[in-house]
Amino acid sequence: MSEALDTKRLNPALVRKKSFIRRIPWAWLGVLPFFLFTFAFLIVPSSTLFIGSFQNAEGEFTLENFLQITQRPNIVQAYWLSIRISAATAIGGGIFGFLLAYAITVGGLPRWVRNILTTFSGVASNFAGVPLAFAFISTLGRTGFVTAIFRTLFDVNIYQHGFNLYSFLGLSLTYMYFQFPLMVLIMTPALDGLKREWREASENLGASTLQYWRYVALPILLPSLLGTMILLFGNAFGAYATAFALTGGLLNLVTIMIGAQIRGDVLHNPNLGYALALGMVIVMAISISGYTWLQRRSEKWLR
Amino acid sequence: MKRFPFWSWLWFVMGALYFLLPLYGTLDFSLRMQRGTLSLMAYESALSDPQFIRSFSFSTQMAVYTIIIGFLLIVPTAYWVHLRLPRLRPVIEFVTLLPFVIPAIVLVFGLIRTFGRPLTIGALTIPPLTNTVMGSNFLLIAGYVVLAMPYLYRAVDNGLRAMDVRTLTEAALSLGASWPTILARVIFPNLRSALLSGALLTFAIVIGELTIANFLARPAFAPYLAVLSNSRAYEPAALSIVSFALTWAAMVLIDLVTRGRQSVLGGAGH
Repeated sequence: MSEALDTKRLNPALVRKKSFIRRIPWAWLGVLPFFLFTFAFLIVPSSTLFIGSFQNAEGEFTLENFLQITQRPNIVQAYWLSIRISAATAIGGGIFGFLLAYAITVGGLPRWVRNILTTFSGVASNFAGVPLAFAFISTLGRTGFVTAIFRTLFDVNIYQHGFNLYSFLGLSLTYMYFQFPLMVLIMTPALDGLKREWREASENLGASTLQYWRYVALPILLPSLLGTMILLFGNAFGAYATAFALTGGLLNLVTIMIGAQIRGDVLHNPNLGYALALGMVIVMAISISGYTWLQRRSEKWLR
Repeated sequence: MKRFPFWSWLWFVMGALYFLLPLYGTLDFSLRMQRGTLSLMAYESALSDPQFIRSFSFSTQMAVYTIIIGFLLIVPTAYWVHLRLPRLRPVIEFVTLLPFVIPAIVLVFGLIRTFGRPLTIGALTIPPLTNTVMGSNFLLIAGYVVLAMPYLYRAVDNGLRAMDVRTLTEAALSLGASWPTILARVIFPNLRSALLSGALLTFAIVIGELTIANFLARPAFAPYLAVLSNSRAYEPAALSIVSFALTWAAMVLIDLVTRGRQSVLGGAGH
């Protein structure tokens, strides 16, 4: 093992010490604080939920809680709504973010446009919660500024035509504000990785722009595109602050339901609450692993 | 001859509108507290509220503690892994990615259920941390460190990759430096821009964080803003603009210190 050799090379004094001292893996002491901390504040809290979700009120092992998740209509609805909102904003934000990333890389926009857009994306992808909700209320709320434009310019009251900010569409539009910037931030380097030679080669072989994209560029970008959309899905799925600030707990999302469960056992079964949280972690884990796996695949070509 | 990139401009204009309209709406709204004219009255009223000052300075303090504890935890670990335990790297990377898998709402749920009751480790019994102010603040900072960990670790890891850790350390050792000296006078200074960008991002995350502070009932800035928006109209708009400006300032500073070498991938506070 090269690491062991390196230890000796770095610290020859260590080699001469008595063997029992040497057998203690001193190098591991350096990472002990990190592991103690993550154990106490990440692993133990997650395990508490994990174990609790497999127990009934008496502390006996059961799978009843997971059965309940699939049976209680309000829980099923909460998962379904969370999944739909996450999917809609991941696909919508993904496509729009990709088009923007395309515009500032291969699309031929000047450099300053790119700088502005990436900085703005950095800000917007970190801008969430109460301020974001408030920004959308003052824009698309009942007295919002865009709502007013529609009323005065086109004589249309969007609220009478079925629009409502505190609904599926409204929350999706709000989520998009941090979704598509994240797509821009991840896809920009990926699009930069498309080599000029590939384009030139396909042009020399007589391919049209459409054929180049269809047979060369998109297949190379596909893992990265899909992976990032999956990441966006998880990003929206775990969101609590924005939904809470916007709808005040009106929309029945999984995160909102967990919040209500923490405040006061609304499900009348603490262990069911743990199972609800575990279900959420499982969805997030699938989404993050999907992203990591696809991102690794795309690195083969784009670096 | 190059054609005018019509579609690219179209996407860009649409993106710019999406970014700017909500900001413009909020800004416009925040200036209309005085009927008939534009004024900064909402800002004066919001910024002079003693509760704002209290909650904002509380969040600032928490951000500072989070940054200090986060660095003390991440920098030596990342350094040690680079130098001595490279085979541990996948494990550490995995652990630092876990906060992405465990959303803030689930994390605070677990923290409350774990530390909200007396905890027995061997002969030692820890009283419920959530019962005392000190304990709750401690839990809050721990939660924030967990939230910031992926970003901090990646910033530090990138910084370490950019320099030759091994050669620098061996040079320092052969000149007779002790380990604390190496960390403080060789490694930290070389990581300056990475640490600064990590600190700024952590600051932005902590100042805007609602979920954990809310459920631990801490008097932080975001919960204050949430409560304020139930009773007031113009002041929350003003504070939203202020908090956007703060996030903006943090991102621009990060861009400056790293000179664009590192992209800021966000998402901790949704």
